[in-house]
Amino acid sequence: MTDSKYFTTTKKGEIFELKAELNSDKKEKKKEAVKKVIASMTVGKDVSALFPDVVNCMQTDNLELKKLVYLYLMNYAKSQPDMAIMAVNTFVKDCEDPNPLIRALAVRTMGCIRVDKITEYLCEPLRKCLKDEDPYVRKTAAVCVAKLHDINAQLVEDQGFLDTLKDLISDSNPMVVANAVAALSEIAESHPSSNLLDLNPQSINKLLTALNECTEWGQIFILDCLANYMPKDDREAQSICERVTPRLSHANSAVVLSAVKVLMKFMEMLSKDLDYYGTLLKKLAPPLVTLLSAEPELQYVALRNINLIVQKRPEILKHEMKVFFVKYNDPIYVKLEKLDIMIRLASQANIAQVLAELKEYATEVDVDFVRKAVRAIGRCAIKVEQSAERCVSTLLDLIQTKVNYVVQEAIVVIKDIFRKYPNKYESVIATLCENLDSLDEPEARAAMIWIVGEYAERIDNADELLESFLEGFHDESTQVQLQLLTAIVKLFLKKPTETQELVQQVLSLATQDSDNPDLRDRGYIYWRLLSTDPVAAKEVVLAEKPLISEETDLIEPTLLDELICYIGTLASVYHKPPSAFVEGGRGVVHKSLPPRTASSESAESPETAPTGAPPGEQPDVIPAQGDLLGDLLNLDLGPPVSGPPLATSSVQMGAVDLLGGGLDSLIGGTNFVAPPTAAVPANLGAPIGSGLSDLFDLTSGVGTLSGSYVAPKAVWLPAMKAKGLEISGTFTRQVGSISMDLQLTNKALQVMTDFAIQFNRNSFGLAPAAPLQVHAPLSPNQTVEISLPLSTVGSVMKMEPLNNLQNNIDVFYFSTLYPLHILFVEDGKMDRQMFLATWKDIPNENEAQFQIRDCPLNAEAASSKLQSSNIFTVAKRNVEGQDMLYQSLKLTNGIWVLAELRIQPGNPSCTLSLKCRAPEVSQHVYQAYETILKN
Amino acid sequence: MIGGLFIYNHKGEVLISRVYRDDIGRNAVDAFRVNVIHARQQVRSPVTNIARTSFFHVKRSNIWLAAVTKQNVNAAMVFEFLYKMCDVMAAYFGKISEENIKNNFVLIYELLDEILDFGYPQNSETGALKTFITQQGIKSQTKEEQSQITSQVTGQIGWRREGIKYRRNELFLDVLESVNLLMSPQGQVLSAHVSGRVVMKSYLSGMPECKFGMNDKIVIEKQGKGTADETSKRCLRQESCGKQSIAIDDCTFHQCVRLSKFDSERSISFIPPDGEFELMRYRTTKDIILPFRVIPLVREVGRTKLEVKVVIKSNFKPSLLAQKIEVRIPTPLNTSGVQVICMKGKAKYKASENAIVWKIKRMAGMKESQISAEIELLPTNDKKKWARPPISMNFEVPFAPSGLKVRYLKVFEPKLNYSDHDVIKWVRYIGRSGIYETRC
Repeated sequence: MTDSKYFTTTKKGEIFELKAELNSDKKEKKKEAVKKVIASMTVGKDVSALFPDVVNCMQTDNLELKKLVYLYLMNYAKSQPDMAIMAVNTFVKDCEDPNPLIRALAVRTMGCIRVDKITEYLCEPLRKCLKDEDPYVRKTAAVCVAKLHDINAQLVEDQGFLDTLKDLISDSNPMVVANAVAALSEIAESHPSSNLLDLNPQSINKLLTALNECTEWGQIFILDCLANYMPKDDREAQSICERVTPRLSHANSAVVLSAVKVLMKFMEMLSKDLDYYGTLLKKLAPPLVTLLSAEPELQYVALRNINLIVQKRPEILKHEMKVFFVKYNDPIYVKLEKLDIMIRLASQANIAQVLAELKEYATEVDVDFVRKAVRAIGRCAIKVEQSAERCVSTLLDLIQTKVNYVVQEAIVVIKDIFRKYPNKYESVIATLCENLDSLDEPEARAAMIWIVGEYAERIDNADELLESFLEGFHDESTQVQLQLLTAIVKLFLKKPTETQELVQQVLSLATQDSDNPDLRDRGYIYWRLLSTDPVAAKEVVLAEKPLISEETDLIEPTLLDELICYIGTLASVYHKPPSAFVEGGRGVVHKSLPPRTASSESAESPETAPTGAPPGEQPDVIPAQGDLLGDLLNLDLGPPVSGPPLATSSVQMGAVDLLGGGLDSLIGGTNFVAPPTAAVPANLGAPIGSGLSDLFDLTSGVGTLSGSYVAPKAVWLPAMKAKGLEISGTFTRQVGSISMDLQLTNKALQVMTDFAIQFNRNSFGLAPAAPLQVHAPLSPNQTVEISLPLSTVGSVMKMEPLNNLQNNIDVFYFSTLYPLHILFVEDGKMDRQMFLATWKDIPNENEAQFQIRDCPLNAEAASSKLQSSNIFTVAKRNVEGQDMLYQSLKLTNGIWVLAELRIQPGNPSCTLSLKCRAPEVSQHVYQAYETILKN
Repeated sequence: MIGGLFIYNHKGEVLISRVYRDDIGRNAVDAFRVNVIHARQQVRSPVTNIARTSFFHVKRSNIWLAAVTKQNVNAAMVFEFLYKMCDVMAAYFGKISEENIKNNFVLIYELLDEILDFGYPQNSETGALKTFITQQGIKSQTKEEQSQITSQVTGQIGWRREGIKYRRNELFLDVLESVNLLMSPQGQVLSAHVSGRVVMKSYLSGMPECKFGMNDKIVIEKQGKGTADETSKRCLRQESCGKQSIAIDDCTFHQCVRLSKFDSERSISFIPPDGEFELMRYRTTKDIILPFRVIPLVREVGRTKLEVKVVIKSNFKPSLLAQKIEVRIPTPLNTSGVQVICMKGKAKYKASENAIVWKIKRMAGMKESQISAEIELLPTNDKKKWARPPISMNFEVPFAPSGLKVRYLKVFEPKLNYSDHDVIKWVRYIGRSGIYETRC
């Protein structure tokens, strides 16, 4: 007998017939009828009209029939809540059945019926089942608590089910433990504040024991839960790692990936000098490679994760390049991911192999793949300098194939190569120009125009080439139009005599005939520049361009760290935090890697010592903010620029020297909680406008010098990042109190209310002394100024740099550097004798010397200027025509810094020697000096 | 966790739809059909996000299995579960086809209810499931039987039931390897690896404790660290037998293997499931015996003709025979005619596959064979050059290309009266081609 026939009945009056059959006396007929009902339900027919008749079949000792009826109930109970009550009795009775399979079935099904009245009846049976003698019933009941919590969280709490569930973590049966862990983890996710899971060394030990015994799925639940635990020190982290590593040999890839997640996370806490650290690194590579022999879908998940792991810890897979070579039969999604990882692993050692492979791929069939391969060749050239020449010649070979999309892609990357290695490969320009006509994609056209403009002096017919583009100006995309405008202006500045007409033509096209504000604005700026001061124009437009960075499209470090905590999950597949694709409150808890516990180090100098990698090691990742200034300098094409992003650096003018490297320890991250009511995205015009106006504000915005030096306000959170809320601010210190002056601007269309602010823990324990007070609601386009008093009694934690801003649904994150001088206290003047003794007492290796250039102040002026910022002159002496100032200052956490400032009249630079018991702060004190003296 | 699971036929009609979570609505079924199955362009990822709902899919012949969720689930777990689901279905009713699924839809619903609870995968070992999901209708179980079932489903040894009895205790070990190669036209090995599996079929009584040993370099070296005397003896033996031990890059085990024991002692001990299962998978990259070498020669004679010559050489003991040898030589899309001459076997040009397929039934070791072909091309004005896909090869050889040897498989069953010696054991080695390609 086959069941497929149930799918085929489509005649009229079916429901009526089914009704009759359901009420038949014959058991067989009844069962047949229920099967038909389920089949109809599957294909999407509405069979809810049969509800009472189906429920009548529930009372049966035929397990198969019972399961079918339950299936029906789960689907339709919600639409017929009143009638669903009819089923309650059977459920309650089944929960008492001697057969554990039936007890479990009843409790499992009841949890799936989302009808309030039924839920009430569920509590008693559930309580019994949680303590059932049979583990099968208990493991089912554990999941049922999660179900009930999803329907009515309050009820679960009131009934005390959470405590029972917690008890189950110590159950003797590993599967019960696993399900209890899964249920608790899920419930805990919707209560981020509650300490539901309450992980401690004892419970962790229980979980690790259960890990060895439960099913593969249970192991995944437990490992995912372990990953949320924060070991108290590196020893505990190591011992957990040791017990998790055997999982790397499990046949189930998900177990392996979850184990990798735990290891990657806890590894953060281990010292790199530890032997075990090296062993662990070595142990991670083979299982990751093995994942690539799984089915293609899993390979894809594995590759997306490896992409993250390679960025976080490149050393793990650096010798495994070959396994990422693309196979001819790989599905396209696997191919594209492998290509990505190949580029990340490319180094001088393996570049020859990689290039040979890439060239091979560039002749494949799939257009996307070929494009990416060509682009990869360009990226190799930029990443590995030694290979640049070979890459360029490979690209030229590819251009010779004349395959349209290959040529276009090659031109785009060659432009980047020019940017990276100026004056080296320009000989190929002639070849590129031959292909001018075949370019039909905006990006390639724009790249070509950039090349022509940039090297106009070497291309004889540059004006003709650009003129030919100009004919169809209005049909071009914005990218090409902007580029054309810039290129012609460059050409004009280089060959003014022949191209005057051309430049006028393009300026009028851009300013008069265009509706695009970007284009118009840029046109006007050029126009004014050229008409007022051609020399300045030349300096601006033909300025030397910063070299492009080596690594593009790296994931920004904070996001990367967060994603590492989500290895194996969807977030790691999408490379987005869960909040980006999960609705509502679930899963928006931000996870972060544990800080490295260098236990010996922190004991000596708790207040400083930059954590994590030294600044040089962390690749510079360019923030995603649109760099408007960069645009003006026509850097809009191509990959972002290395070094400080132009727009931000100039906005922060006053504080710019504080941006220097090594400031990790002084960075305070600030969480800003924005109004939940303002959930309307900012109108598109606002961010652009705001960026520009900020640039101009700078001229007037230099702070006054009463009290400690105050830097001008800088934009900390641009409106486009925070649904229209713009925050700019600065730090001040006046008569002993530190405050953060904030300016909040509402650039959205809706009123904002209910502001609150929270600080991340930071090196000096800076925290708000009072809650953020914004009295009136902030209406659109309104700006309020608030001064938020700060104290230094917050919890102290050494911080890794919070490099960038993150935007959550309603909570916005921004990070900012606070200048050190706001932490200089008023009683920082040391007694002379004391000064001398201390100076001698501090060992010479703690002395640091700095040059402060361009500071034409005399001793008096410098002394008074510094005094207002709480740097006190203890003594003054004149040695061989040089003024020596001996100064002292004290930080809020009690660290004394002694300074000797040598000023030579007539010489604009002076020398600063700093002595301090915590030499880490010297660099920052020097920067504070510089800031104060120069303003 | 998994919010719902749907199975579709190739037309996109739903065959099975089971929703586990309230956040998944009926419209999810249609969203997947419209955006993935009926998508104009082939979907380029096994994970698709449509309106904040994520769909994971795998395809088996022309059946689509899709898992749906709105949460940040463990993606690797979802795919592992989908594969497992396929295995379970195959174990119950054979091939996964539209007909079989329709015929067994009640069973599938019952399985889905059991192995996925609120989207959390539960015990999905077929051995355990078959004890209580039977489709036999009413089956009166005694109380002991019931508790035996539940303790097995939830127990530590969820993959084996108690009380198994065989008159003859027997076990079969198959070492199945697939050797993968990518070679440059000049004969340089670009990448090569063996991925192997040890499949065990056990018909053993009781709860037998097994211990498996192979010529793993790490184990052999550990043992070699005994007395100096022993070491020298071992060296002698090694010289006479050639390669003794192999370096295993990585291995993974069936969940019955005690992983912590492997991690600490590198010993492989387990209580096997009854019947067939995959004990372990492994991968090696060093000292691989490449059973065949392919030497291609492609010459373009003008714009309308190609001359292809391919030589294959077998590289193993002359006493062994390779079987099912197939060489696939790709031809350009604008091929108009092909003439082939081969020394051995049969060769045919298959226009629909754009390839010359050369088949040889058997070939002994240390032999050589050759094929030459003339390919006529239609003149085209397509500027793009022919991509020259690699020449691929298939074969089967009766040895393990990695060099892996089974050293022992010991069986202990303390409660029953049979010993290791009473068990009849069979070992077989099969090496197959994985992706075995030579670029030309």
